[in-house]
Amino acid sequence: MLIDWFTIIAQLINFLVLVWLLKHFLYRPILNTIDAREKRIADELADADSKRAEADQQREEFQQKNTEFDQQRTAKMNIVGEEAKTERARLLESVRQESDALRSKLELALKNEQLSLKDSLSQRAREEVFAIVRKALSDMAGTSLEASIADVFVKRLDALADAEKANLQAAFQDSTEALIVHTAFDLPKKQITQITKALHGLLGDGVVIEFATDANLISGIEIDSHGQKIGWSIADYLTTLTKRVNDVMLSHNAVQYESPELEKSQEQAS
Amino acid sequence: MNLTPDLIIYWQLGFLKLNATIVFTWLVMLVLVVGSILITRNLSNNLQRSRWQNALEVVVITINKQIEEVGLSQPQKYIGFLGTLFLFIAVSALGTIIPGFEPPTGSLSTTAALALCVLVAVPLFGIQETGLGGYLSSYTQPTIIMLPFNIISEVSRTLALAVRLFGNMMSGAMIIAILLTITPFLFPIVMTVLGLLTGIVQAYIFFILATVYIAAATSSSKTEVQSTETS
Repeated sequence: MLIDWFTIIAQLINFLVLVWLLKHFLYRPILNTIDAREKRIADELADADSKRAEADQQREEFQQKNTEFDQQRTAKMNIVGEEAKTERARLLESVRQESDALRSKLELALKNEQLSLKDSLSQRAREEVFAIVRKALSDMAGTSLEASIADVFVKRLDALADAEKANLQAAFQDSTEALIVHTAFDLPKKQITQITKALHGLLGDGVVIEFATDANLISGIEIDSHGQKIGWSIADYLTTLTKRVNDVMLSHNAVQYESPELEKSQEQAS
Repeated sequence: MNLTPDLIIYWQLGFLKLNATIVFTWLVMLVLVVGSILITRNLSNNLQRSRWQNALEVVVITINKQIEEVGLSQPQKYIGFLGTLFLFIAVSALGTIIPGFEPPTGSLSTTAALALCVLVAVPLFGIQETGLGGYLSSYTQPTIIMLPFNIISEVSRTLALAVRLFGNMMSGAMIIAILLTITPFLFPIVMTVLGLLTGIVQAYIFFILATVYIAAATSSSKTEVQSTETS
């Protein structure tokens, strides 16, 4: 007999027990584990998706911020560049003005210095020239020259116009003091007599006349009384000449000193 | 030489007896359960896991997928029964490479018991899925005339299941035993390899036929219910 009923029943029970055992120890744990793993993987994928989305969003935000920053930076750089350009132009302009002012000041100072040097030179030259002239003339002066001068003096007195004579008379006639005739050297008798005669003839015989020598005159004759002065002397000439030369120099210098100011004003006007 | 391991009796007390079929069944059960416990004891749901766990997962997933492909939409509901059928038969067949092992499936009592389980499980799953009326009405499809034929088919296919498996397993063991006496060395090894193949194929056939029967019972009930609902 191939079929044993007891064995069939036993195998039925065995099989059902095996089904129960395997369900508990094999299928359920394995399937649960697989489900858990799949769920975990799905969760991780979802998490990764959300994180990626978040990262994408953050990247976009970052890019946007970056773009904004770039734009702002460019704009600010442009502004700063413009400001720097303006500032540089302003500084250059001020420096140029300062240097111009300094240069003109220096030029002026140099010119003034030149002028003062020139001035002192010409002053010195003048003094030297006059000193030489004075020396030369005083060297040349002598009694004979004095005599000739006395002649000329007398001739001049004689040749005076009437109005001038009247003026002289008015000036000297009332004087009680002696008239002092200054000469550089002692005159010879002849000339003293001649001059005394000529003055008496002009002013009247009552006038007291004294003679004195004055080396400063160099050569010539001067009559002095009450502040009135009449005469002719080389010193006088030289004084007049010096005075004139000084006047000319002063006027010339004044023009030269003024000229830079004139130039400057002309520049500004243009 | 025994035609069936039922005849190898180790212990008997009246009706009760302990034969090779039952003993080797217990051995297969022990291997399956202890192996499962050992492997599932330290299950990891991480990406890093042991190779035994991987192997077991492959087996379970493959069974699950096969059940799903046949047409059962919720395979985890049926895997306890169908998967155990496959594993029990497959492990019994694989055991034949161990000298002295008597496959319990080489006994008609075992295969009959398994076929009876299928015979009972098919209507149970069908009723669980759609109710008693829905299941019973499937016997009258397409017409009431088909009712006896459907019942005959139900019985005959159960018989066919039992005899097919028994015949294959028994013949394999028989051929090896006979060949051992004729050509002791080479042929028995080749036939053992062939026997492993036929054993696995038979396990698959038994499993897939049971699945198809259950799927037919549940799906026919479903279509019946759907058609009545629409009408």
